[in-house]
Amino acid sequence: MDQLPLLSILTWLPIVGGVLVLFAARGGDELPKQIALGVSVLTFVLSTFLWRPELYTTATMQFEEFAPWIEAFKVNYHLGIDGISLPLILLTTFMTVLVIIAGWEVIQDKTAQYMAAFLMMEGIMIGVFSALDAMLFYVFWEAMLIPMFIIIGVWGGPNRVYATLKFFLYTFLGSVFMLVSLIYLYFQAGSYEILDFHTLGIGMQAQKWIFIAFLLAFAVKIPMFPVHTWLPDAHVEAPTGGSVILAAIMLKMGGYGFLRFSLPITPDASQSLDWLLILLSLIAIVYIGFVALVQQDMKKLIAYSSIAHMGFVTLGLFIPFTILRATGSLSGVALGMEGGMVQMISHGLISGALFLCVGVMYDRVHSRDIADYGGVVNTMPKFASFMVLFALANAGLPGTSGFVGEFMVILSSFKANFWFAFLAGTTLILGAGYMLWLIKRTIFGEIANENVANLNDLNGREFIVLGALAVSVLALGLWPAPLVEVMHATIDNLIEHMMQSKI
Amino acid sequence: MNMPDFTHIWPEIFVASMACLVLIVDLYTDKRREIVYWLSMLTLVGAALITLSVPAPVRTLSMSNTFVAEPLTDVLKMVAYAVVALVFLYSRDYLRVRELLKGEYFVLGLFGLLGIMVMISAHNFITLYLGLELLSLSLYAMVAFDRESSISAESAMKYFVLGAIASGTLLYGMSLVYGATGSLDLAVVANSVSANPESMSLMIALAFLLVGIAFKLGAVPFHMWLPDVYHGAPTSTTLYIGTASKIAAFALVIRLLAEGFIGLETAWRDMLMVMAVLSLAIGNIVAIAQTNLKRMLAYSTISHIGFILLGFVAADTQGFQAALFYTIVYVLMAAGAFGMIILLSRAGFEADELSDFKGLNQYSPWFALIMLLLMFSMAGVPPLIGFYAKLAVISAVINAGYIWLAIAAVVFSVIGAFYYLRVIKLMYFDAPEGTPSIDAALGMRVVLSANGLAMIALGVFPGALLALCGLVIPVGLR
Repeated sequence: MDQLPLLSILTWLPIVGGVLVLFAARGGDELPKQIALGVSVLTFVLSTFLWRPELYTTATMQFEEFAPWIEAFKVNYHLGIDGISLPLILLTTFMTVLVIIAGWEVIQDKTAQYMAAFLMMEGIMIGVFSALDAMLFYVFWEAMLIPMFIIIGVWGGPNRVYATLKFFLYTFLGSVFMLVSLIYLYFQAGSYEILDFHTLGIGMQAQKWIFIAFLLAFAVKIPMFPVHTWLPDAHVEAPTGGSVILAAIMLKMGGYGFLRFSLPITPDASQSLDWLLILLSLIAIVYIGFVALVQQDMKKLIAYSSIAHMGFVTLGLFIPFTILRATGSLSGVALGMEGGMVQMISHGLISGALFLCVGVMYDRVHSRDIADYGGVVNTMPKFASFMVLFALANAGLPGTSGFVGEFMVILSSFKANFWFAFLAGTTLILGAGYMLWLIKRTIFGEIANENVANLNDLNGREFIVLGALAVSVLALGLWPAPLVEVMHATIDNLIEHMMQSKI
Repeated sequence: MNMPDFTHIWPEIFVASMACLVLIVDLYTDKRREIVYWLSMLTLVGAALITLSVPAPVRTLSMSNTFVAEPLTDVLKMVAYAVVALVFLYSRDYLRVRELLKGEYFVLGLFGLLGIMVMISAHNFITLYLGLELLSLSLYAMVAFDRESSISAESAMKYFVLGAIASGTLLYGMSLVYGATGSLDLAVVANSVSANPESMSLMIALAFLLVGIAFKLGAVPFHMWLPDVYHGAPTSTTLYIGTASKIAAFALVIRLLAEGFIGLETAWRDMLMVMAVLSLAIGNIVAIAQTNLKRMLAYSTISHIGFILLGFVAADTQGFQAALFYTIVYVLMAAGAFGMIILLSRAGFEADELSDFKGLNQYSPWFALIMLLLMFSMAGVPPLIGFYAKLAVISAVINAGYIWLAIAAVVFSVIGAFYYLRVIKLMYFDAPEGTPSIDAALGMRVVLSANGLAMIALGVFPGALLALCGLVIPVGLR
């Protein structure tokens, strides 16, 4: 097993599978779906071979692959993973399987293209998380936009064209500045190796510019206030599968980018500009929380709640410098950053699950308006229990994964500043507020109308999908130790990098 | 008197004689013109074989130093043959259904090619000018090829008048160069320029030359003819102007600026910078307002020209390599895009409006995919080859220290992405009007598919083409 280029297989198997699916389209809709499911399950199974906790007790890259790619630019095909990419890759392969199952009957139009797009997305996203060459990373990072553009545009809602164009242009604009920075770094370091960038000395002025360029790219992806406006549009218009992948994985790329690029490459700029990130994170947590409260559209509500939850991630990632300033010690720093990572994984599962829940309702009633529902529990008891579980997990109920990350971040921000922790803590109230209110209005109460009265409960396919997510959410909530342990060494190493001046 | 060395000039002689032969054969053959077509194709293959059989691994001057052969000229000529072959192949059915399939199209195409080849190999201002005029005159005639169409006639007229002014300006600049240096030989001029970088008359000559170049390239502010000509000409001619003639334009710039006037590099660099940024801005922004695909592609050409000029702004080996790479990539992309217009066009119907691409994915998912690849490549989205072209140019610009130029370039690329995305939107997200179908010949389908797939294939493996560009740009140029 050690001899196989596992990361390359994981990256290219879904992409090749996607091409196969496209060609299989002539044989009706069944064959492409079966191939897609087979490929995604195989990818998931293969990806579990990456999970070998003993490998991640050091911060060195594992499963490395190296080959020269574009010699003219000294770009290498260099893959490798550490404790922060591993969980994200597993999340990607897991969610893709679920998305493919979830689209099984729902997608009637151009099924093969739909399945192919998701498979290609999967490969590209794994490529993003495992690239150790900055240009390779950028190629994957941008390539991702192509399938997503098509997914939202072809299978999306009525306003899909506006949403998908906005999504594409926003993220494209954010990324190009990163490209300029990467090229600049290349000329400084003499290669595109990300690990070389980590040890590169850069002056403060340049660091600040690079930091801001990275920030534009990653903040759009996460998305952070005030560049978040594409997300509610994209989420609302995207088909269920698209929303799931967007929320569960694509948003995480921003956080991953901070961990892989901003913090280790420009630590001094991060330190001097961390107030900006903390400010934006707190605005996201509090203000966007209030915005979520007033939404009439279920998907929009979850989209805004995603922004608020991602605020926790950025807060956790950028709190260390304040802790250091306030206490003079590094204790609690790792807690916050690991909290941010846990929050990313947990949010991936929970938001994905919530979008799937909305998808289940939308497939039956064809409406996302909260006002069109009420008393769903009477006709769909199984579904209702899942929905309530995920809603509570999203609100941060102890025992679910949503609690772990938020708790770690809040705990860590206490060390930095009471008011940071206080403001971050408001999410427990706001989150509970908008989620419970959503549940009250849609799930509980009297049966609101004919549509709800005629609902059928979950079928086997939906049950499997939601069940798998419920198990993961609970497992992570009750026993997060394995997840925290694999990232521990990497985070410690990262903190070391962050604390060294690169000037 | 010694016999001149004909070794490296055989391709030109061959193309010239074959063009004449095609003209004669055309007189005596049937209306279907199969022979003419195949003879023209044979000419291209033959020229390619000859070029390959007399390679110039080092720089060789012949014909009293008016003609240069070097790896760069070989590569550019090979690209030119390939592109002209693509143009002929894409055009054949298009011309046939419009009853425009006349031998003259191929004759003019071959003479144009000859002009391009002469420009590529020119080592003397006169040679350069002769090549340019041969190409331009062929193009004027090709634009007016559909003599029944008033819009074609109008754009041919416009092209001719403006083109003549540009040629005149260029020629005037050349005469000033002659006055200042006493020679029209590129090497002599280059030495003279390097020796007198302060010379006012050379500076004025340079300004005239640049205006001429900018006209031929279609760089802002000398771009006004381009959209009209692209739009008015038969698509087969637009294809030729949009692709093959860009190789000539590259040769023109590299000969005049990078070789002849490298000594005044600081002067032309600033002028190019202004034109490059303006081209990027005007090209990308105005393209958004177009509803006609040919016009849109015309403005997109202007923006791509801006990128090519940026490569020259870097004014070092890396920059010239980037410009060469960009030119080759652009020519491939443009060939594919105009090929798609031809593919969708039928008898009595030009698929050159954006709305003609509506719902292509419904009735031809394959060619929608091909167009998708072409458009994303033009927009510069990885992993398609267009991205690497932009990457090469931006790297060169940053290396030369112009970070603000790089930022301007990427920002305008984002603006430009919008109109490429709109084409994809029409193909994928909209429903077709009526029940269109694609009825192109097999050869065209296969080659066009290969053209589109090359975008992704070269994008995944861009190394070889980049390395080639690295090899052929002589390091000694700088």
